[in-house]
Amino acid sequence: MPLNVVSLVSVGRHPQSGRQRRAEQDGRAVELGMNLKVVQNSQLTVLHAGASSEPVLRTYAGMGLPELKVLELAEQDDAVPALGDYLQSANADIVLTGVRAESGESSGMVPYLLAEQLGWPLVPRIADIVSIDDGVAEILLALPRGQRRAVSVPLPFVASVDNAAAEARQTAYGPGMRARIEGNKAVTEVDEVRAGWQESDAKPRPKRLKVVKAKTAADRFKAATAKPQGKAGKVMKSESAKEQAEEIFKLLLEEKVIK
Amino acid sequence: MSGEGSFEVLRRDPRAEWIARNRLHPLHGTINVGEEAEVRGPSGLIRKNPHKVGFIGPNGIKRIDRLKGNATAAGLGRRSSGPQEVQLPLHAVENPDFYIVVVPDLVGGRLTSQDKDVLGQAHKLVKGIDGEGAVVAVCFGESKEEGYDTAGVDRLIHLGGEEYEGFAPEQRLAALMQVEAQLQPKHWLFPDSVHGGADLGSRLAARLSERPAVQAWQVDHASTVSRGASGSKDIQRATPRILLLAEECADPIDETRHEAQAIELAAIPLTITRLKDQGQVAVDPNAIPLAEAEFILSAGNGIHNWEQFHEAAEVLGATEGASRVAVDDGFMPRFRQVGATGTWVTARVYIAVGISGAIQHMQGIGQCDKVIAINSDAGCDMVKRAALSAIGDSEEVLAELIKLMQAHKAEQAEGGDQNAA
Ligand SMILES: Cc1cc2nc3c(=O)[nH]c(=O)nc-3n(C[C@H](O)[C@H](O)[C@H](O)COP(=O)(O)OP(=O)(O)OC[C@H]3O[C@@H](n4cnc5c(N)ncnc54)[C@H](O)[C@@H]3O)c2cc1C
Repeated sequence: MPLNVVSLVSVGRHPQSGRQRRAEQDGRAVELGMNLKVVQNSQLTVLHAGASSEPVLRTYAGMGLPELKVLELAEQDDAVPALGDYLQSANADIVLTGVRAESGESSGMVPYLLAEQLGWPLVPRIADIVSIDDGVAEILLALPRGQRRAVSVPLPFVASVDNAAAEARQTAYGPGMRARIEGNKAVTEVDEVRAGWQESDAKPRPKRLKVVKAKTAADRFKAATAKPQGKAGKVMKSESAKEQAEEIFKLLLEEKVIK
Repeated sequence: MSGEGSFEVLRRDPRAEWIARNRLHPLHGTINVGEEAEVRGPSGLIRKNPHKVGFIGPNGIKRIDRLKGNATAAGLGRRSSGPQEVQLPLHAVENPDFYIVVVPDLVGGRLTSQDKDVLGQAHKLVKGIDGEGAVVAVCFGESKEEGYDTAGVDRLIHLGGEEYEGFAPEQRLAALMQVEAQLQPKHWLFPDSVHGGADLGSRLAARLSERPAVQAWQVDHASTVSRGASGSKDIQRATPRILLLAEECADPIDETRHEAQAIELAAIPLTITRLKDQGQVAVDPNAIPLAEAEFILSAGNGIHNWEQFHEAAEVLGATEGASRVAVDDGFMPRFRQVGATGTWVTARVYIAVGISGAIQHMQGIGQCDKVIAINSDAGCDMVKRAALSAIGDSEEVLAELIKLMQAHKAEQAEGGDQNAA
């Protein structure tokens, strides 16, 4: 039986113009799913919880998808119960999501809640799925500073796709318009908690000022004018090049930048 | 000074004072009219002797020190005879009524600045809630941090076992569940960071079915403002139990010292982990963007053997950087330039080979932790900035460094073979 991959997509938001767009990480999740389809011969379902009339869905479809599934939800509905309900019955093996949505609460909780609800492991911030053998997937996690970590996890699992994953391919308008977008009835649950929140446009955050807690004028003067120089470190003048290199090497080992 | 016991009660010796005042008294020279003696007039007011102010400078001119105790506390005032290092007042919590738990990232075993902000936020929350609260830090993995007390940790839970090392979110979550059962904290605070804080916080929130506030940046005991819709909206709500805090959410603790007392946890069950950590993967250091690289080997005008430099970078596994001169002379591509007009780097370790340390270059490495300088000039600015400087010819030092690294690699390969066998 071929693997069943589900990529969840949402409506993105352009960081400058604020327009609706294909979400960056969700696009990458679809891209990853499409690549798996080629390599693993798996099935890919692209799923959206929301309105099937949403025009942004066409930009996902324009990546070369014949159809999209939509769980029909209203604006104020919670997406997690609907998605969980669908995934439970859909026999999915891999669920791919973005790390955080670009609109709405952007809390990044969807993959975690789904994983908890389904009882599956969650793999955060993946960069790639290297291989899937005997029901165990080898995954590369994206760590800060461009580093990668290899992790193996048994199927089925939920994974959130990091910006380090392969970029989403270009979308084509025509195929996007021709794709079938199939709306399904879903369990709806109004997000009551959210109704009690107040939302406003983001206020610019104040920059943190460097407050100098000096007691005297001389201290304040020093703080304002002196170069922020750390204590001078160790200087090796007369040692031979070999000794110097050894000392540097020791520091590098201590800091764990060389292994 | 006459008598240590005179610390609290000032005892006057009218006779000694009289002798001290009378320069013609035969015993005048024997009485120490040091600066320490306060002379009190008949009404009890402190009298200053204008002749005794200041000291004679090196060129024979009298100098008056107006630095008010900012100068070295040489003998001035008997009350300032404490230790030089300022001992911050201790904030002790004996019997806490409630706990607020912080789970710092502890990148490289040390508290990050965001961790410290989160600890500061925890204390802000404690102040807002009735009763005495203690801030608990739950630290995983190896810890090199020594400043828990000054960062604001009242209680410390350190879990350093092997099972928590590396990538172990499931085991860490099990530990947090144990903390939850044992302390029933009022709030859980996590740094909202890519270093694992956001991941662990979300896992705990999902497990406890709590709705967390993510990217929270203005928090008090009643209400929380957090960023939503990828930073374009502010969401205000009642403060939830679990908070994932943005950078600079609150000021770090800097005026008090805390106990950092260890708490023992009941045994934590070993969970069956489904995520198996296979270790970090070697990545091509030159494929990492310069601004993100952790370890940079940077070349300046003092490099003459460029082949050797590239070899050194490759052997050490460092990302290459360059000063502007090296770029302008065509030895390095433009995107490798570090500095004001190049890239601002954030490396943890930065090796500057033959770079003098012009201010435009220094601006670019402002955020680097450890700078190592290799330079022939001991007086240059880079040496002043560096934690370790080797004064000598860059070519010789690099050659030795390459040799050392190759020996190290060979050793490791051997060790690996033995392990495998
Ligand atoms: C507007 C402006 C913007 C600039 N922006 C940048 C910028 O973004 N980045 C930047 O780097 N510069 C910038 N500069 C240039 C900067 O002012 C300096 O000129 C430059 O950084 C100097 O580079 P350097 O240290 O490699 O060379 P030098 O200043 O020539 O220093 C070479 C060093 O190598 C040492 N040395 C020589 N031979 C050896 C040897 N055999 N072994 C060991 N050490 C040796 C010398 O003692 C000396 O300390 C800018 C300048 C201007 C005006």
